Amino acid sequence: MEGPRYPPERRGLTAIDGALALIAVLLIVQMWLLTAALETFLAGHPEVALSAAIVSGVLFLGCLGLFLFVRGVDREARRE
Amino acid sequence: MNEPLWREEFSVHGADERYVNRRQFAKFLVLTSFGMFVGNVWLLVKSWFARRPVFPARPVAKLSELPVGGVRLFRYPGPHDPCILVRHGEHDWAAYSQKCTHLSCAVVYAPESGRLECPCHQGLFSVRDGRVLAGPPQRPLPRIALERRGEELIATGVHLEEEA
Repeated sequence: MEGPRYPPERRGLTAIDGALALIAVLLIVQMWLLTAALETFLAGHPEVALSAAIVSGVLFLGCLGLFLFVRGVDREARRE
Repeated sequence: MNEPLWREEFSVHGADERYVNRRQFAKFLVLTSFGMFVGNVWLLVKSWFARRPVFPARPVAKLSELPVGGVRLFRYPGPHDPCILVRHGEHDWAAYSQKCTHLSCAVVYAPESGRLECPCHQGLFSVRDGRVLAGPPQRPLPRIALERRGEELIATGVHLEEEA
């Protein structure tokens, strides 16, 4: 049985909303990471700064990838 | 359209100006994420260039002038680092940074309870090892390393957290 077919704009919006939610989650994790890294640094343990920076960079790349995805879907939905 | 002339000349609509679409919002979130990353990199650079502190040996008190239960305030290692020395037994003494690890209020010695107390938010620390006994502080007080040379107590370093 074939399911309902939604117009491309609506499908695009759903994908964009999902990506936005994921970006928000990654951002919250990044905020927590920065707070925890600062707390640990000020407590006299600077050795955590490297791993925190690497993880933060990976999270930022994730956000950037999702943003590019959002832009691509947006363009595609507008073209159709 | 029966709009006044000035509207045609200045066709800027407040509602349109305030409208933020999903793409703009995503861009804002990604820029914030980049800011967080820059913050972490700043911490990393700061940790690379942070110099290891130098702790000079400095006399802080004479035992003959410090009775059991007595307190001596001093500054170590710098002039802006208040510390507190407590003699809590004939052969027992300890010194800590006087800044509470919660919000940097000055801790005081309470001889009746044998604890160091922060009057601002009722943080309590053990006078024996500086660990947190109660209240909002999350970390123990930094401990000042002391060395006895004859009758004098000499401060020789600062130990943070687990090292205390």
